[in-house]
Order: sequence, then structure tokens, then C-alpha cells
Amino acid sequence: MHELPVTESILNIILKHAEKNRVSRVVSVTLHIGELSDLENQWVQHYFDYLSKDTPAAGAVLKIERIPITLKCRNCQHTIKIRKEEMGTLSCPECGTEGDFSLVSGREYYIKEMEAM
Amino acid sequence: MDEIKLIEVKEDILSDNDEAARKLRDKLRRDRCFAVNLMSSPGAGKTSLLLQTIAALKDEFKIGVIEADIDSMVDAEKIRETGVTAVQLRTGGFCHLDAAMVKTGLEGLGSEFFDLVFIENVGNLVCPAEFDTGAIKNAMILSVPEGDDKPLKYPLMFTRADVLLVNKIDMMELSDFDPAALKQRVENLNPGMPTFEISAKTGRGMASWTDWIRREIKDFA
Repeated sequence: MHELPVTESILNIILKHAEKNRVSRVVSVTLHIGELSDLENQWVQHYFDYLSKDTPAAGAVLKIERIPITLKCRNCQHTIKIRKEEMGTLSCPECGTEGDFSLVSGREYYIKEMEAM
Repeated sequence: MDEIKLIEVKEDILSDNDEAARKLRDKLRRDRCFAVNLMSSPGAGKTSLLLQTIAALKDEFKIGVIEADIDSMVDAEKIRETGVTAVQLRTGGFCHLDAAMVKTGLEGLGSEFFDLVFIENVGNLVCPAEFDTGAIKNAMILSVPEGDDKPLKYPLMFTRADVLLVNKIDMMELSDFDPAALKQRVENLNPGMPTFEISAKTGRGMASWTDWIRREIKDFA
């Protein structure tokens, strides 16, 4: 739903780096997106193709790496990786404490790197 | 053929918005203007809640409202009838507010003239969760008819909120909404988040919410 403004941001950032590094064509962009985000890969690419026409980023492939949701038990500091659907009923597999976690990862919205020439 | 180079970017996608939001928060602190971002699904009762909240607090605080409902003047009209100042942002079908839009709204109001500003975000549990509006606190409204499973479907929103209002508790008996299940689900996502069960319609529980605002403004000022 909000893929369009997000994609605009991605494009602006990579064009800035393309200029800084004096490259004429961006081949791929690697993104780190947390599993908690509802961003849809195919729509991001679709909007990206549309927005990047006539720029050095035209035709670049977006490689989206999903970052798992990681929780840390606030009682024993044990960390667990879970799926989004599992967030409802959780107790710590290590110490048994119920529902007392802090979120370590899963909200990422990050451009890691790009390939260009 | 040129060789392919690997360029490290290492930037947050929404860094521009995050930076704009940070600046806006700094300004709100300087102006001593406590801005609350209200987020919910369409129909969860944001506008009725707002009307009741204004009625309870308008003699204590100078209140302003920024309305962002998609292309509708109805909500801003209702708010203005209470006597508080409201500005309507034309979001033109946008699914969320970002810091730049909120900045425009706050400039329209003049944040230095207000103690308390409510930002009524676009009714949507997905996009507003991704975009920091620059508000001092984020409040989320979940209504009973929506069900107790919403934290499982929209977890990000529940991690962003500073306070959760469970609205329409007068409809609890008509539904299979399980407050204990909701509490457990919310606790996993956002431990210790204050949660108030309210009915904007009957007024039940509203005092717990307005007291929360009073305390927050006191700590803020």
C-alpha cells in the first residue's frame, strides 16, 4: 500500500550513491526488510521499474533479503527467532517466562548495497 | 564492458522521513506542544473518541486537531463544532501521513499556540506504522468488533504504539472478543504498554485515557 513512497525513497538514495561513485548503470540493489513489514516484493519492483525509467537505475533488480523477527527474553536474555504468526502466544523456551520479550530485529528498512558499473 | 562494482550503501530507506520527524519533535518540545498521533482502522471510532476527549479536556488545555482523513471535510467540520481549531490535510488518497505532511499541518495551526494537538492519521493499520509523523506519542485505537487477533495480523502497528485504546467495549457482549487473549498478544509485542478499555459512546473508561494525557503533558512540560 505504501510501496510507492518507499520505492521513491529507495530510488533517491541509490541515485545519490550512483552519482557519488560515478557509475552509469545500477545492476542490482540489496535491501534488508524486516519480517514485520508488509512490504510486497513484487510491487516494490514494479514501482521501481516505473519510477527508475530514464535514470541510471533503470532495469536494476531489487534483491530483498528478509530479516527474521528476533525476540529477546527480558528475564533470561535468551533470543529466539519466530515467524509473524507466532507472535501471539509465546513463552521463553529457556526459562519459561510468558510474554516478556523485547524486539531485537524484524523492523528493518535498510539498503545494504548495490551493484553498478 | 565495464566491470561491476559493489557499492556499500548502508542507509535506512526512510532516513529522510525519520530525520524530518526528529526535527519536528524537537520543535514540538521547544513549543511545549504535546502532539499525539492517533492511528486505527477506518471505523474504529477515532473521530468520536476525539470529540469526547476534546469535551473532557478543552477547559484545561488549548487543543488543536490535524485531520487527515482521505478527502473528506466531514471530520474537520465535526471537530470545529466543538470550538477547537482544526486543520484538514488533503492527503489525496495517500494511505498514511508522513512527517512532511504533519509539519504542514502544524504550521497551519501554529504549534506554539497549543498545549495539545491530536493528529488523526489515515484509517489504516499498515502504512501509518512505517512512517514516523514526528508526534510526541503514538496512540492506537482498536475497536472490539475488529477482533482480538489484530496484533497477529498487524504486529508492526502494535510495536509502534505508546498507548492502546480498546474502544467500543459496550459491544463486548455481542462478540467473542477475548480481552485476556488481546492482552497477551499485545504484551508480546510491546511489553508494559498502557492499555485502556473504553467506550467513546457511553463514556466508560474515558477518564483513564484523559488522565493518561494529563500525566503525559505534565511530564512533558
